[in-house]
Amino acid sequence: MPEELLASFEVKHLSVLDENGNVDDLLMPPLSETEIRRIYESMVLARTFDERALSLQREGRLGTYPPILGQEASQVGSALALSPADWVFPSFREMGVHLTLGYPVHQLFQYWAGDERGQIAPAKLNIFPFCVSVGTHIPHAVGAAMAARYLGDPTVAVAYFGDGATSKGDFHEGFNMAGVFRLPVVFICQNNQWAISIPLKEQTAAVTLAQKAIAYGFDGVRVDGNDVFAVYRATTEALAKARSGGGPTFIECLTYRMADHTTADDAARYRPPEEVAAWRARDPILRLERYMVKRGLWSEEYGQELKKRTTAVIDEAVRAMEAIPSPEVAEMFDHTCATLSPRQAGQLKEL
Amino acid sequence: MAQLNMVQAINLALSQEMERDKRIVILGEDVGRDGGVFRVTEGLRERFGAGRLIDTPLSESALIGAAIGMAAYGLLPVAEIQFMGFIYPALDQLFTHAARLRARSRGRFTCPLVVRTPYGGGIKAPELHEESSEALFCHMPGIKVVVPSGPYTAKGLLLAALRDSNPVLFLEPTRLYRLIREEVPEDDYTIPLGRARLAREGQDVTVVAWGSMLERVIKAAAPYDAEVIDLLTLNPCDMETVLASVKKTGRAIIVHEAVKSAGFGAEIAATIAEEAILHLRAPVLRVTAPDVTMPMSKLLDSYLPTLEQIRKALDEVMTY
Repeated sequence: MPEELLASFEVKHLSVLDENGNVDDLLMPPLSETEIRRIYESMVLARTFDERALSLQREGRLGTYPPILGQEASQVGSALALSPADWVFPSFREMGVHLTLGYPVHQLFQYWAGDERGQIAPAKLNIFPFCVSVGTHIPHAVGAAMAARYLGDPTVAVAYFGDGATSKGDFHEGFNMAGVFRLPVVFICQNNQWAISIPLKEQTAAVTLAQKAIAYGFDGVRVDGNDVFAVYRATTEALAKARSGGGPTFIECLTYRMADHTTADDAARYRPPEEVAAWRARDPILRLERYMVKRGLWSEEYGQELKKRTTAVIDEAVRAMEAIPSPEVAEMFDHTCATLSPRQAGQLKEL
Repeated sequence: MAQLNMVQAINLALSQEMERDKRIVILGEDVGRDGGVFRVTEGLRERFGAGRLIDTPLSESALIGAAIGMAAYGLLPVAEIQFMGFIYPALDQLFTHAARLRARSRGRFTCPLVVRTPYGGGIKAPELHEESSEALFCHMPGIKVVVPSGPYTAKGLLLAALRDSNPVLFLEPTRLYRLIREEVPEDDYTIPLGRARLAREGQDVTVVAWGSMLERVIKAAAPYDAEVIDLLTLNPCDMETVLASVKKTGRAIIVHEAVKSAGFGAEIAATIAEEAILHLRAPVLRVTAPDVTMPMSKLLDSYLPTLEQIRKALDEVMTY
């Protein structure tokens, strides 16, 4: 019997906005000038938050913090495509997603200052707590999508994770289940190319991460993760597909972690400076700025005014965070279970 | 009232609660079309549909992880792990997420999840099919651990677990599935979690047990004036009942089929030492499996606590 070809696959790469600020008109999503400004302002907010978090950490006012520098396009572009009712399952390096969705800024600082109350998402947002255990939240998005379908809600569940998570069992188990049940879920990987000190080529032998979806029976696409329009377009399409019963999509946003893994890390120990410099030149915010300049949407005055406005927002959030009294000891007892066991009640009394 | 075995009692609790509350969905490996490998969910898919009896891929971590997502979203999932020895891939989900979600989000998200799994030895099954690792879960704050000891307690405890807003690990002693028949009311009744049951009153010695060991303890203790406590919930544990009994009898034995070291018996013994040492007339003894890897069926009788070992312990504390 002759051999026959049973399957073959292709993986597409999507980019809309190049490094010089030119867009592909055919692929450019229909965004108004106001919307483009909003995207830019969200990215600037994310970066300003990040810069402040780093300086607060150095001053001892925050704990260990994982910077998002360089990943603003992936985070803002995807988050802007979401509906408020969608369920978001973030990893721990997604503050740009939170900020874009309107998560209270002071609560993000509060969490990174070591106070769990920062994770109490406002009632209007369905944002799960940060997942510190890499990739283990992927099945939660799968389950939320199952529940949404069962209840007939038009909700999509979105899981965010990094390249390291694609080596975890829960990535594969979650992807498999999402494919089998054809669930309304979107998986967004910010492939920032480094899992602490492990470069992508030591994380996987595959040419792309996007292709991993194909083995589970659904589409995977790679987008330029520093191109906010490409990320927005891919996410919008994936969400529409999920809502119309088309099943899951995996979006690999190829980006770069421009800073250290966390404030406790020194990436200079394992990364060549040329590589970092090359990616700095591909800064997602500069790229959008170049485009906006060409469109007449950006000027020095606008840039200055925005900086002032954003700094005021962050200043206010830091003030609000530091005005919150420390949690009471009872706080750690109150939420372990719905009610205290007799032993817990006794232990609380003794503290 | 009907005479039911434990499989039937659990099936009855599930079907009655599914009828009452549309948020309940069951998911697991072979729970739908096949009705579960022990037939615990038999007939439920036909009655409630494949949307509520979800056969999942062979994927313990994702099925528990998905159940956590469902629970947080607003459903009341009941996840079945086919055998307790197969729960280990899902420990990460249970420990890292189910047990902590309420605390980590300070109550913003909860995880009203019931994980059912057959557990314990004595059914001549292959390796990893008869594990008894309940103590692991009792060490993790935020997850309740419940062990029925017969059909009546199985139904009442399961209904209570299904109505509890915390994650509950519901351990079904496999050996008892079809061993005992009892009167099980058709009516709705719950047995509160965190409350032990006095299986037998006595004056001379307190014996604490749970799950399939209870039946063995009752038999062993017949010639003694022993008070037998059926713990029913291991976490949170009803130490009040245990301590009240030990203060009365002055002697205590704990019997469990898990290994001795860091077993749940240690927790009970330590609590007795902390709270009731001056009432003791003999050392607190534990009758348990030895600290070895659980053997297959040829050596199982030498592994699990026997009637003789329980009687020997009773004699020892009575003659101390």
